Amino acid sequence: MELYELTLQQLIKELESKRTNAQAIMTAVMGRINEVDGKVQAFLTLNQTAAMEKAAEFDRQPWPGVIAGIPFAVKDNYCTRGVKTTCASKMLEDFIPPYDAAVVEKLHGAGGILAGKLNMDEFAMGCSTETSAFFPSHNPWDLERVPGGSSGGAAAAVAADEIPLALVSDTGGSARQPASYCGVVGLKPTYGRVSRRGIVAYASSLDQAGIISKDVADAALVLGIIAGHDPRDSTSEKKEVPDYSTVLTTDIKGLKIGYPREYFQQAEGNVGTAVKKALLEFEKMGAIVEEVSLPHSEYALPAYYIIGPAEASSNMGRFDGIRYGQRDNSAENVAELISGSRQRGFGPEVKRRIILGTYVLSSGKYEKYYLQALKVRRLIRDDFTGVFNDYDVIIAPTTPNTAFKIGENASDLITSYRSDIFTVPVNMAGLPAISVPCGLVGGLPVGMQIIAKPFAETTLLNTAYAFEQATDHHQLKPDLGVR
Amino acid sequence: MSKEFETVIGLEVHAELKTDTKIFCGCKTAFGAEPNTQICPLCSGFPGALPVLNKKVVELSIKTGLALNAEIAAHCQFDRKNYFYPDLPSAYQVSQLFLPICLNGYLDIEAEGEKKRIRINRAHMEEDAGKLIHEGTITTTSFSLVDLNRAGVPLLEIVSEPDMRSAQEARIYLEKLRSILLFAQVSDARMEEGSIRCDANVSVRRRGEEKLGVRTEIKNLNSFKALERAIEYEARRHREVIEDGGTLIQETRTWDDEKGITRSMRSKEEAEDYRYFPDLDIPPIYIDPAWVEEIKKTLPEMPEQAQQRLRDDYDLPEYDAAIITATPYSLQFFDRCVALYPEAKTVSNWMMGELSRLLNQHNMEIQQCLIAPDMLADLLKLIDDGTISGKMAKNVFEEMFASGNSPARIIKEQGMVQITDEDVLGEIIAGVIQNNPGVVDDYKSGKEKARGFLVGQVMKATKGQANPAAVQKILKDLLN
Amino acid sequence: MMMDVKEIEHLAILARIALSPEDKTELNQQMNKLLTYIEKLKELNTAAIEPLYHILPLHNVFREDLAIESPPREELLFNAPQCEDGFYKVPRIL
Repeated sequence: MELYELTLQQLIKELESKRTNAQAIMTAVMGRINEVDGKVQAFLTLNQTAAMEKAAEFDRQPWPGVIAGIPFAVKDNYCTRGVKTTCASKMLEDFIPPYDAAVVEKLHGAGGILAGKLNMDEFAMGCSTETSAFFPSHNPWDLERVPGGSSGGAAAAVAADEIPLALVSDTGGSARQPASYCGVVGLKPTYGRVSRRGIVAYASSLDQAGIISKDVADAALVLGIIAGHDPRDSTSEKKEVPDYSTVLTTDIKGLKIGYPREYFQQAEGNVGTAVKKALLEFEKMGAIVEEVSLPHSEYALPAYYIIGPAEASSNMGRFDGIRYGQRDNSAENVAELISGSRQRGFGPEVKRRIILGTYVLSSGKYEKYYLQALKVRRLIRDDFTGVFNDYDVIIAPTTPNTAFKIGENASDLITSYRSDIFTVPVNMAGLPAISVPCGLVGGLPVGMQIIAKPFAETTLLNTAYAFEQATDHHQLKPDLGVR
Repeated sequence: MSKEFETVIGLEVHAELKTDTKIFCGCKTAFGAEPNTQICPLCSGFPGALPVLNKKVVELSIKTGLALNAEIAAHCQFDRKNYFYPDLPSAYQVSQLFLPICLNGYLDIEAEGEKKRIRINRAHMEEDAGKLIHEGTITTTSFSLVDLNRAGVPLLEIVSEPDMRSAQEARIYLEKLRSILLFAQVSDARMEEGSIRCDANVSVRRRGEEKLGVRTEIKNLNSFKALERAIEYEARRHREVIEDGGTLIQETRTWDDEKGITRSMRSKEEAEDYRYFPDLDIPPIYIDPAWVEEIKKTLPEMPEQAQQRLRDDYDLPEYDAAIITATPYSLQFFDRCVALYPEAKTVSNWMMGELSRLLNQHNMEIQQCLIAPDMLADLLKLIDDGTISGKMAKNVFEEMFASGNSPARIIKEQGMVQITDEDVLGEIIAGVIQNNPGVVDDYKSGKEKARGFLVGQVMKATKGQANPAAVQKILKDLLN
Repeated sequence: MMMDVKEIEHLAILARIALSPEDKTELNQQMNKLLTYIEKLKELNTAAIEPLYHILPLHNVFREDLAIESPPREELLFNAPQCEDGFYKVPRIL
């Protein structure tokens, strides 16, 4: 096996046993990127020179850390000190932040080496990575299809073995949906489990850091590194961080699993079948699998498209061309400067969401739309709380479909948005969830989503791990036609 | 204001809270730093930055609420006020609309001999914006410069009910409010530095009418005087519009101090819609009664308590007590002086008289001048023991004010010690008598004025240093 | 509740985006589609439900009033498209 094909844990073992070194790993990774990224287009910025230097430095004088010497990549809405952070937008095409995101600090602290920045939907607004201002990314399983969004670059890169680990954000499914489309693992921790500091905000009450990895054990390892209280993020929780890796077990006898009928009713036939088949695996392992109901499910997406854009319309106000970013220098006065810079800098989807968000918060509309959406949010959250009284986890498909073709949904917004119908409710309720591959349909990956109670990532990871170890879906790799 | 119309005024006061750091980040709040040297990614609106609330801001706000007799909310939160302006880096101001920290307070003022209670609707925490500098004025400049040092400095916005009925009342309210803020030690409240700012809401209505008239907001009031003038101007303007049969527009206007008028600030754009919604980066604040009690204990003596104390302990008249307690600095001066020289009324007279005159002349506040309380006490003792006359003391006091030297030193250096020595005076008086035989005859024949003339001559000969009482006595003796 | 182009223009002013005429027409159509979709929420009777603002039960998250050294001015001004003497520079306000 090539170094770039290995999982994070395997790479750590290779390094520890001195069967390889950091430079060899970095060279293999960079080599793979150069080989396939022309087709996949996962990366926006490659930190090649600096990363190779750091790898050489490590080999000369290794530093400690759980992922010491190992390359990682982050979605381009993570601020990285000294490295361009564009959010896949013209607005920030030359922006170089003077600070690292909290998660990046932690990964550096664990000894990792930043290999590059990954493509995404512009400002994380989208379901396919097609709204990137630069270029779409391609699904390694079928290059004419989307890798999902908004973390499409990350999922594609991990699926194509370009990088063993990617850090992303998840506001409505942006880690899980692309993971599902690309056949990799996508984890969204509980809201507040990981610091949001330094991740360019889309919707403050929904955003959370996410992990995309090749398998569940990798995700558990990385969660252990990045989770924990940050005194500089007022919405980060103080709860203790378990050692997720060491508590990982495949024993899930007696685990109570609920599968929501409303989700299966909305899934495409073969996707639903694939996930139902996966549920049989759980029964084999001694779990109790029963149908449950999340009655307000169908209202989650419309409520999300009020709350998300509302918060975004405010968070995006700072992009005015004055202190950084795209600037319209032809402007004669400040109002023109701001309006012109924003017109130039923002793509159509971002503008749409800002306008919609402005509308639902405006005088006379606030109660009818925004407050109403927050009430619906409570109903959705309470649906989950009700089920979790009697069940440990909820399992459903991650997406109602498999990856669609690039350009297929260009004219139909709602259809595109609907690829998130199973992931959005989870963000609304602030719950932890993970997507793991559970087979192929028509040659395209299907993802199974496991949802757990707040701060029950251990149960979540065990459930996922047990399934993964009992099957071999996670070992399937796309054939990119290179070798 | 005419007999027909009544002016209705409410004031919105922004007070900078006295903290070392900003409300949501650890940047310093010190005034006067080089531009953009007290900023960080949060207060300059960089992507990914998140706010963390400064506990002291909450404490000082609770303290202020207590000093203003307000209810402290058990639950309050922050909201975003969204609008675009170059001094607002994130394009929203974090403020409190829905659930402010203080409600329903009041303070009492005295205007034209009448006591009046001005109600305070609310006080809420918010962040300040940065500063804009224009080349010339905002209308003539071709560009503006932005300094974000002030962005994020904590403010407490105190909103009164429209209970004031004259520009004078408004001014007195603001002075009283400022005094309370100083006594509570929550703000430096200096108008020149902008650590206290005031906007006035003005409307008029026919006397007897209950409904409020259209109100306009006046901004850019940079002094107490400007506040009074602007309110008087605006009230008159309203009245004139109504009398002419016109319509008043509810709008924001700016005070042009030079021209003495208000001007509309309405831009060509449409009315702003701030789209307030809760700031979800900041968890809510729950304030329990125990915390409020703790803070109540730290509240220092307030002006009204101090006034009562001065009247009770020193029998000081109400008028004096009010003036002495105008600021905590003058109260402190008084207390320290009286501790050394117990004649409270004398101290008060000197503070309200000579000291006040010199401070006004030099546009200074008492805490900035060179005279310390013990120095005044010393001076008063020197008058009492006859070392200097009351008249000379005024000169010495002026010199103390100018140099900061002690009275003893000044008197010594300038040879100002009063002459009381009977032999010395006797000689001089004898000389005066000898040189003014005609006047002496006048005096002997009963003309009192003549004696005054002789005394004057003695004072002239001694450069005013002769002790008047001694002169009178010796003169009398020598002439009889 | 459908929007017209005038409403789009008003929103564009509030949001400070200089939309082109084509943008406005397109956005108008899209907004109406989205609003129709969102209307679905009307089906729910939420009169007795409290809005859910904060998803976590966190409250009273504070920091002490201790100063932190600001980064050197160049670090933050580095990304500024226009600055002068340490200030950010903008064209006239009015």
